[in-house]
Amino acid sequence: MLSLRNVESGYGSLKVLRHLSLHVGRGEIVSIIGANGAGKTTLLKTIVGLLRARDGQILFEDRDIATTRTEAIVRAGCSLVPEGRQVFAPMSVHENLLLGASARFHRGARVRTNDDLDRVFALFPRLKERVDQLAGTLSGGEQQMLALGRALMARPKLILLDEPSMGLAPLVVKEIFVVIRRLRDEGSTVLLVEQNARAALKIANRGYVLENGRIILEAPAEALLANRDVERAYLGRDLDAEAAMDTGR
Amino acid sequence: MIYEPDKECMGKDTLAALQLEALQAVLARTYLHVPFYRKRFDESRIDPDEVRTLADLGRLPFTTREDLQANYPYGLFAVPLREVVRIHASTCMSVVVGYTRNDIKTWSDLMARVLVAGGVSKDDVVQIAFGYNLSTGGFGVHYGAERIGASVIPTSTGNTRRQLKIMRDFKTTALVATPSYAALLGRTLREQGTPLGALSLRVALLGGEPLTDSLRTEIQETLGVVATDNYGLSEVMGPGVAGECQERNGLHLNEDHFLVEVVDPVTLAPVAEGQSGELVLTTLSKEAFPVIRFRTRDLTRLLPGPCPCGRTTRRMARVERRSDDILIVRGMKVDPRRVGDIFAEIEGHLPAHQILVERAGAMDSLTLLVGVEESSGFDEVKKQQERLERLRRGFSSELGLTVAVRLVEQRSLDASQRVVDRRKS
Repeated sequence: MLSLRNVESGYGSLKVLRHLSLHVGRGEIVSIIGANGAGKTTLLKTIVGLLRARDGQILFEDRDIATTRTEAIVRAGCSLVPEGRQVFAPMSVHENLLLGASARFHRGARVRTNDDLDRVFALFPRLKERVDQLAGTLSGGEQQMLALGRALMARPKLILLDEPSMGLAPLVVKEIFVVIRRLRDEGSTVLLVEQNARAALKIANRGYVLENGRIILEAPAEALLANRDVERAYLGRDLDAEAAMDTGR
Repeated sequence: MIYEPDKECMGKDTLAALQLEALQAVLARTYLHVPFYRKRFDESRIDPDEVRTLADLGRLPFTTREDLQANYPYGLFAVPLREVVRIHASTCMSVVVGYTRNDIKTWSDLMARVLVAGGVSKDDVVQIAFGYNLSTGGFGVHYGAERIGASVIPTSTGNTRRQLKIMRDFKTTALVATPSYAALLGRTLREQGTPLGALSLRVALLGGEPLTDSLRTEIQETLGVVATDNYGLSEVMGPGVAGECQERNGLHLNEDHFLVEVVDPVTLAPVAEGQSGELVLTTLSKEAFPVIRFRTRDLTRLLPGPCPCGRTTRRMARVERRSDDILIVRGMKVDPRRVGDIFAEIEGHLPAHQILVERAGAMDSLTLLVGVEESSGFDEVKKQQERLERLRRGFSSELGLTVAVRLVEQRSLDASQRVVDRRKS
């Protein structure tokens, strides 16, 4: 579905992604894990064209989208749920969702959004309850649901998720991840960037470890969960300290 | 049957894309974690970031067995030792290799592929007559057979009579052994007068040493099996690198885990498509002990055309010889294959044997170690001495230098290593 080959990207003179290659197969959840500053967000921004790749190929359904405008990429079926939700605070839940479908509007055409709204409300009943509430007054978890729902309104084939669990209570995180898995089960493809690597790998099929803008490991998700290097660096366990405690030092 | 059809029957482009991703990752990883590779790349002015296509692999330096030896024991491990759950070593102990938990899992999967290709299923009773020891053979096959769900009998090597008793009584359906040992089992069976009908044996998976056409025919006839060849080496993983399917037309390489090159052993340039040369392997998935462009010294070629079995992985010809096979002893060229032929001429069959080359002062010496069954009687001293003398004379005159011959217990002989050259260490 998505295939990156030798993609380079960055900001000004700062090179963030170095000849990065990865792929996401249809129906997969692929998780990118890595420390702060490894290039995770840059990667997603580059895929949807918010940042331009300086080199390399980005193939979405076999079409090179490295120079395609963002609106066209969304229209082609690739949507980003940005870090920190970025919902439109002064607008209602309903209006936020309709904006998500904007890529499907074009002059003179009537777009039916009722089915899409129903689908979003089925996934997130809480949004239906708050449909006329202003987005800015929602809780963090609800805003994340709204951001995800807004992306779904564009009927994406591939959903890019940037840190969906950030700043959320564990219970809410669980709820969000259940929905992500459900989206996959219903046929969507997901590229998931997460600090919460353990939760991400638990629902993912495969994962990549990103370090300093380079992929240093690609493996099935369960193999990454079992990799002690990954465990120490990204899964938040200090094995050295644990070993010291085990031996009573 | 194909164990992992999605992996073994991939389209060419899909495979190439996966290989490039994995290659870039393994280069980044080794550059970061293994000083030897970092130094090598820096010295050759190769920035791993500049590897953008699979063809760029050709710009990287080779790694030789001597490099591995120079980093004895743990110098090339890419993870800290506490993440290593298994350590194996080459027969002469000069190369030490490690496996993480994930490496063991990969090994099991790849060996399962080879076993399934060789005709093994979960309904089989698999007798594994590879050594369960420091070498990789026994354990690798064992994991693969368990992964499939077959019933595994870990007989390990040696004790031919017991092996045959187990084979008959336990109703073994699949035998895993070196070709020479499988042939010995077949001959012993015939000597015992046991009819093939008394056995349940169906398939034999042979590895660890070269399998010739005549040896395969002999094994298939004396044991009543379909015999397939498989290939691997400790430095790269152990068994599981490649294996024949039922078509028996070359060994399918597990290309999603190993990048394969064939180069001219002298110029080190890639050979033309399908030409014979030295096999060079790069590991794509290994965590504990990755190798980059490892020169195997094994001579083979890549076979053209698709395989009727449906696997799309490329096939290599059976390895029949090695680029460093030819020994120079006191100025005389000694080809270990010729040694085998001479045995056949003198004794009418090929006993388990090992060629030992040593140096005392400036003088090289060549000793043939010939395996004898412990039960064949050390008491028949006169007979043994006559045999020794016959071999000594025969070999000395054929090879043109004085050859010492020693009879040793078959069990103490590691037939997988046909040549031990002690001059180098």
